[in-house]
Amino acid sequence: MINGKRVLIVIPAWNEQASVADVVREVRGELPGVGVLVVDDGSKDRTSDMARDAGATVARLPYNLGVGGAMRLGYRYGYEHDYDVVIQVDADGQHDPRYVPKLVDALDDADFVIGARFAGEGDYTVHGPRKWAMTMLSAALSRMNHAKLSDTTSGFRAANRRTIELFAFWYPVEYLGDTIEVLVRLVRNGYRLAQVPVTMRQRQAGTPSHSPVKSTVYLARAALIFALSMVRK
Amino acid sequence: MVKLTILTAISGLAVLSIIFELVRRRQLREKYAILWGLVGIVVIPLAIFPGLLNPLSRAIGVASGVSLVLFLAVVFLLVVCIHLSWEVSRLEEETRTLAEDLALLRTEMRERVGQ
Repeated sequence: MINGKRVLIVIPAWNEQASVADVVREVRGELPGVGVLVVDDGSKDRTSDMARDAGATVARLPYNLGVGGAMRLGYRYGYEHDYDVVIQVDADGQHDPRYVPKLVDALDDADFVIGARFAGEGDYTVHGPRKWAMTMLSAALSRMNHAKLSDTTSGFRAANRRTIELFAFWYPVEYLGDTIEVLVRLVRNGYRLAQVPVTMRQRQAGTPSHSPVKSTVYLARAALIFALSMVRK
Repeated sequence: MVKLTILTAISGLAVLSIIFELVRRRQLREKYAILWGLVGIVVIPLAIFPGLLNPLSRAIGVASGVSLVLFLAVVFLLVVCIHLSWEVSRLEEETRTLAEDLALLRTEMRERVGQ
């Protein structure tokens, strides 16, 4: 229980055996009394075993679906087990669980809260086309939301019961759909979005990509997903 | 011209027999069997008598019946491809839901056994 609410931490993990156990232990240590669900997204390594040994509940998908697929399963679990709040935390250790109570508190006045990297705290930087994509998305969504959203691609997010009820049945599986399309749909349907500034840490495992080709493709796909989600029903 | 007619007629019959064999072995859903069977029934007479569509094609301003058949074939195949993409998308959504159900059931089973 945090702030009188039943909170479930959902950690989507795909081949994260190196870091998932530490993340689970840290979450359980910092936040006693919250549910911890690791969604093993069809890993080929020992992600499930490591997470279970560290004390998490594990739901294992039979094959890889991507973050969106893993998260819909997480929201369904939260929905069926009557949680008030579902919070997504990445399995690579970049999200600090000490911010979780802040996210939960922010849900008092919002349906969906994003832990945002560019909102003043921390020193996260990106460059080139990836940055343009993020800047444009953030500008467009902030305008639609009538409140600032400076980090639309953050994977550190909290949903209240109303949003859980939507995501248990609708959550896009496509690349970037789980970040961009989700936000557009929420804003278009009158859900209130808010953000809380957070510092992200170095990933414990895995490296982010900085190739210019990849970030250009990223820009194009982000633009496409955004355009599609504006016209989709 | 006769040689060409033989070639097209044989091709048409070959496709029809492949469809028949697939249906007979229960490898093809009935709806697709009906679709392709109808295509075969339309195409084979045209393969044997390529001139059949000439009056129609002249009436709608296409120079020859053969061109009209080619045009219609391209449009038809395009529609079939779109339909198949749609069907694959639907199937993926269905398997996704099944995968989630399976994962939830197994999690629940483990929780009950553990208690």
